[in-house]
Amino acid sequence: MGKVRADAGPFARRPDNSAFKQQRLPAWSPSLTPYTVLPVFYFLALVCVLLGVWLLITVQNTHQLKIDYTDAGACATCAEMRNDPTKAKMNCDCVINFNVPKTFQGDVFIYYGLINFHQNLRRYIKSRDDDQLVGRKNSLKSPSSYCEPFAYDENAVPIAPCGAVANSMFNDSFTLTYHPPAGAAVNVPLYRKGITWYTDKNVKFRNPSTNTTLQQAFQGTAQPPFWQKPVYELDLDHPNNNGFINDDLIVWMREAAFPNFKKLYGILNRAHTTFSYGLPEGNYSIAINYNFPVQYFQGRKEVVLSTVSWFGGQNHFLPIAYLVSGGLIFIVAIVLTAVYVKVGRSGKNMEE
Amino acid sequence: MLVPWRGFWNPRSKAPGQEEERHVKANDRDYNERFTYADNHIKTAKYTFYTFLPINLFEQFQRFANAYFLVLLILQLIPEISSLSWFTTIVPLVLVLTITAVKDATDDYFRHKSDQQVNTRQSQVLIKGKIQKEKWMNVRVGDIIKLENNQFVAADVLLLSSSEPYGLCYIETAELDGETNLKVRQALTVTSDLGADVAKLADFNGEVVCEPPNNKLDKFIGTLYWKDNKYSLDNEKMLLRGCMLRNTEWCFGMVIFAGLQTKLMQNCGRTKFKRTSIDRLMNTLVLWIFGFLICMGIILAIGNTIWEQRVGRNFWAYLLWDELLSSAVFSGFLTFWSYIIILNTVVPISLYVSVEVLRLGHSYFINWDRKMYYSRKDTPAEARTTTLNEELGQVEFIFSDKTGTLTQNIMVFSKCSINGNTYGENMLPIIFIDSQKTPCVDFSFNPLMDRKFRFHDSSLVEAIKLEEPLVQEFFRLLALCHTVMPEERSEGELVYQAQSPDEGALVTAARNFGFVFRARTPETITLYEMGQPVTYQLLAILDFNNVRKRMSVIVRNPKGQLKLYSKGADTIIFDRLEPANEELMYTTSEHLNEFAGEGLRTLALAYKDLDEDMFDEWMKKLLFASAALENREERLGALYEEVEQGLMLLGATAIEDKLQEGVPETISCLTLANIKIWVLTGDKLETAMNIGYSCNMLRDDMNEVFIISSHTMLEVQQELKNAKERIMGPSRERFSSSQDVGKTDMYASDSVFEETIIAECALIINGHSLAHALEADLEQILLDVACLCKTVICCRVTPLQKAQVVELVKRHKRAVTLAIGDGANDVSMIKTAHIGVGISGQEGMQAVLASDYSFAQFRYLQRLLLVHGRWSYHRMCNFLCYFFYKNFAFTLVHFWFGFLCGFSAQTVYDQWFITLFNIVYTSLPVLAMGVFDQDVNEQYSLRYPNLYRPGQLNLLFNKRKFFTCTLQGVCTSFILFFIPYGAFLCAVRDDGSHISDQQSFAVTIATSLVIVVSVQIGLDTNYWTAVNHFFIWGSLAVYFAILFAMNSDGIFRIFPSQFPFVGTARNALNQKSVWLVILLTTVVCIMPVVAMRFLKTDLHPTQTDKASIRIKITNLRRVRRTSSRRSAYAFAHQQGYGELITSGKNMKVHTSSTSAVPSSSPGRTHSSGNWIENMLKKRGAVEAEETMDSGVTEHIRADERSEDSLETLYTH
Repeated sequence: MGKVRADAGPFARRPDNSAFKQQRLPAWSPSLTPYTVLPVFYFLALVCVLLGVWLLITVQNTHQLKIDYTDAGACATCAEMRNDPTKAKMNCDCVINFNVPKTFQGDVFIYYGLINFHQNLRRYIKSRDDDQLVGRKNSLKSPSSYCEPFAYDENAVPIAPCGAVANSMFNDSFTLTYHPPAGAAVNVPLYRKGITWYTDKNVKFRNPSTNTTLQQAFQGTAQPPFWQKPVYELDLDHPNNNGFINDDLIVWMREAAFPNFKKLYGILNRAHTTFSYGLPEGNYSIAINYNFPVQYFQGRKEVVLSTVSWFGGQNHFLPIAYLVSGGLIFIVAIVLTAVYVKVGRSGKNMEE
Repeated sequence: MLVPWRGFWNPRSKAPGQEEERHVKANDRDYNERFTYADNHIKTAKYTFYTFLPINLFEQFQRFANAYFLVLLILQLIPEISSLSWFTTIVPLVLVLTITAVKDATDDYFRHKSDQQVNTRQSQVLIKGKIQKEKWMNVRVGDIIKLENNQFVAADVLLLSSSEPYGLCYIETAELDGETNLKVRQALTVTSDLGADVAKLADFNGEVVCEPPNNKLDKFIGTLYWKDNKYSLDNEKMLLRGCMLRNTEWCFGMVIFAGLQTKLMQNCGRTKFKRTSIDRLMNTLVLWIFGFLICMGIILAIGNTIWEQRVGRNFWAYLLWDELLSSAVFSGFLTFWSYIIILNTVVPISLYVSVEVLRLGHSYFINWDRKMYYSRKDTPAEARTTTLNEELGQVEFIFSDKTGTLTQNIMVFSKCSINGNTYGENMLPIIFIDSQKTPCVDFSFNPLMDRKFRFHDSSLVEAIKLEEPLVQEFFRLLALCHTVMPEERSEGELVYQAQSPDEGALVTAARNFGFVFRARTPETITLYEMGQPVTYQLLAILDFNNVRKRMSVIVRNPKGQLKLYSKGADTIIFDRLEPANEELMYTTSEHLNEFAGEGLRTLALAYKDLDEDMFDEWMKKLLFASAALENREERLGALYEEVEQGLMLLGATAIEDKLQEGVPETISCLTLANIKIWVLTGDKLETAMNIGYSCNMLRDDMNEVFIISSHTMLEVQQELKNAKERIMGPSRERFSSSQDVGKTDMYASDSVFEETIIAECALIINGHSLAHALEADLEQILLDVACLCKTVICCRVTPLQKAQVVELVKRHKRAVTLAIGDGANDVSMIKTAHIGVGISGQEGMQAVLASDYSFAQFRYLQRLLLVHGRWSYHRMCNFLCYFFYKNFAFTLVHFWFGFLCGFSAQTVYDQWFITLFNIVYTSLPVLAMGVFDQDVNEQYSLRYPNLYRPGQLNLLFNKRKFFTCTLQGVCTSFILFFIPYGAFLCAVRDDGSHISDQQSFAVTIATSLVIVVSVQIGLDTNYWTAVNHFFIWGSLAVYFAILFAMNSDGIFRIFPSQFPFVGTARNALNQKSVWLVILLTTVVCIMPVVAMRFLKTDLHPTQTDKASIRIKITNLRRVRRTSSRRSAYAFAHQQGYGELITSGKNMKVHTSSTSAVPSSSPGRTHSSGNWIENMLKKRGAVEAEETMDSGVTEHIRADERSEDSLETLYTH
């Protein structure tokens, strides 16, 4: 194995005197000395505590309101209807009143939340066909086997969009109304578009290319069995929000990581003078077109109104986690200092 | 190269029933082929070109890990189970298989080459009445082959005839037993008459009936049946494979054993595949991890069953499971397999390959080490095995050969005491620099001098020049009293053929001091005394033997005086001195003590003037006695004794058995590292002890030196018991005086106790006793005693016994053993020990070929173990710890996620990340750490040998360590999962759109994981070279590069369903909250580790931590001892040539005038002339080689100093 140089000579087989081969590469040998470790600990403790405090203050300035409407008030009847298979297809609307105690300043986001809905089951997550959703003609007509058993309907017509995820799409709709102390009720205007990631809307989801109407593009496909209308009728008003690139579908198709989640429904349109500063305090009502059944899986449904800060929505976990970590690191730092002073410095081993 | 290097023998299927007796008929292949005797073909290669792929794959899949991954791969093809795509397993698996296959193929290629080389050696075989060239592998049992000078014997051969008279031939058995002196073999008279007559040889149809193949090198029993006569055969008529024919023009022999059945091969032992203890531990751990994996699978499967029953069933509407799948229990069953697939990464597939790569790297560093390169022989160190490196850091026992390993097998006349005056330079503390200190004596006055000879005390030359009679007598004795054969190649160029190197050294010394032994006939010895030819009549040689421990010659000098010159062991000579010598004896004795204390081999010299009448009388008795048939030996002995009385003491000689450079220092350094060194040598007890003393292994201040040399089992047992009691006795008392008695018993069995009482004792045991002691009943006590002693020397041991001793220690002590040797006699030991080291650069290559490591000098062992071994061990241990940690941290995240995803076997990460994590994102930094890391530099490693201790105690990677690092991995995975979980539960992006989706979560955790393990490897790296920097930062960079590439639009457009993560990295990693999560996770994962390490160095500093402040430097200087020990005789290994010389047998008789009685005087003169002629004639080949040898040595000696400048010259 030894390297044999071609030229023979007295030292032909002598290994090269390179730093690499002689293991003499210049190197930096860090070691855990008190002069490096202790300052790092104190510094990190400080950083964590400061960050924690800053985050906490930020979070305190955000607002969030959750309205659980699963069987609240008027919606209880709707919930029962959804439970009854005979009335499952019947339309049901209900209205819930609520109060916003303090003005939500700035942009306000309206989410729908689902509790105990497992969007993260392996078979559920996989039950989709990205080829189809990106508008590939082949996949439109012959969906991937992962979509089974939602790939073809009983007449063997391919389903578009196929799979369990699309099939179980959330289909309640909300209308928010503001009841100012004086004057007529005002419909809270919402942006129902532009609520997805740019990449999803423009790359990941594409309608099948066509020269004619969207309906023709989807010809030969069936709507998912749970849906009330075909995919090309999701938003008849806005052609660029229809079919696979419908924002609600895209939001739904980005599966949540945990069984309790909320997904964006709409953003407050602040063009309206009443709402230009945000959502004013006062009484509101929300009219719900109640379609999505949750009783099967003991789930809950809610509407969430929220403002956001520089690091996202209202999230108490991070500031508290930072504060706790910072505190712990500080305590450890003190212990280490004590040990070092008591043992390390007097001991015989930390010189050098 | 007689034994092809490492590899598996394919033991041929034995003939039905063990062979009990061997029948071989000369020149009769048909007859011999009826028996299934092995032919001379040797095969060690495993594959051929065509069988490589299937066999190699088959072998690889026999390995547990590979088979396991194959099963996984199959599981992944079942859609119901498959939680991961097939490529996550097949990519690493193919990589692993390919790397291993390439390595196997290279190995086998070299085996093919070495087989080829051995098998195709040429040999001359007598076939159908003609001598034909044949390859070695075509030689069959029963063939008659012709051997020529300096050829290796191709098989075990019965000597039939030779070019020398009386069917004598000389062989060198260095390859077999390590002895370099020549041995004589003699053919039967009936067969030696065949001569070189091919026709007669072809007609020879004798049948040999002999013992079956065995491994006894010194025994052979057989009978030759020829022409209705029976001739008994013994070992003296056999030439064994591995011997080299010397000083014999040609000889013919009949093959008795061939190939694998030769004694050499039988002695080689089976080559076993050596594995390190870490390997074994690793296998156990992998099994444990496997068990752990199954446990996790079961837990999650049960969880799944329960979840399906209580929650999941409500989801059926959304998922519409098949009927079969809707059963909760069946779903649990499937989940089990799914989780086995997901969690398979806890069993690290790349572990084995990475470990191999590391070891390969470490091996290269050994090969490249200039400090283990021996420039005089141009021999670099070589790691011949790449699988044992870390074991070098754990060695506890070293078994060393003596000749050629500890010593150079060069005897040098270094001192003498003449008539009460000592000559020769005082020994310097360190021997090997002596040649450079004082100027050498100038011998230019002497045209016949040997240029290689060095002496450093010119007063002796002065004394010679002053013609002091006793000094002259001293050298005259040295020139006369010996059995050396001179060869004069050209005028004045003398070469001595000495039977033992000691004799050679003495005669050479005499030669340089002006008493040149120039020629010998059976009757005369010709000296050139100070340039004047003087011929002495040789009247008798009173030869050396074990009992007599002396030899004498009786000569008549030209003046007609009768003189007896005697040399021998001091005690023996002193007993036979004239009383008048008492004072001189006293001084000489003091000098002898001094010499012996320096480990020199001493001889006392004496002479006596003989009275003519008395001598005539004695001579008559001698002739009578030598003609006697009964008790000849005894009678002769008594007669010798009679004449060797009343001697006059001349002085004493001291011969240095040249140690290899730096041997004592190396031994004391290794001893400080708590490595026990046992010397196993084929040499005699006295020689071995001598070396023990000069190597500093035996010292005068030792409490006791036990010498066990009994011949019966009972005696050996008794001696061992006594020794044990003697050692245990005093130490027990000593121990119990300070501790209470109850504790003593408790400690008695404890190794700690054993360590504390390792007394300053030494055990020396010889071969006979060892044979008994190694039997089942005694081996335990032998081991006990041996381990209680500081030094153990086994002498006169056979190669197999060497192996048995190693095996004994291996079996009973859980310690790593290392065997080091240079000769074929060490092969079995080298193969048996955990690690075998061969001394290379010598003539024989067998030890090297069988070894795992080879280098040119014993002293490199220090560097191999304390530097390379230690580093390897540290690196390997750190590597393994980190590797397990990393895989646990990586994989167990899935386990925690299981509780939140309904135990559905959903992965947390992108499957590409899973595929690449181990082989791309994290492999290189840890490899760089494993290859380059140095916890302390080499100077410290060598200066503080006790830094070696953690390796021996197996502290750096054991089951506890494994638990610690896996626990760390588990905790890290917990933090890695739950901090992002907490943050993501209610997180949204800063633009309000959601981020708590599975893909963003996956990217966040993956990024945290990569950063955390990178920081961790940074912490584990003690030695940041540029490569480490490059790999660590590079890995991070590569991670992000690949992440963004796989999340890019472009690749998604091509394969939408393979890369569904499009845009996730972009959308997640531009969020401050995500980075806040990553930062927090990293801090929480790493800080506890830092704190723990800091506390540990503070509270329990390790050896390494302490090393830097250790001030006390253990001085390794060689201590000068005053010794009461007398090295007894330093003499030949066997009976001398005396008889041969006086009989004139080894002096060639002219073929035409074969005198019937070689001892009659007219014939003698004739033959003597012829003999010199013949000697001259024979020079040829032998000399060519020897001149080369001596030339090299000479060059080396002379250029010892200029070497460095030479080296620099070559470098520039």
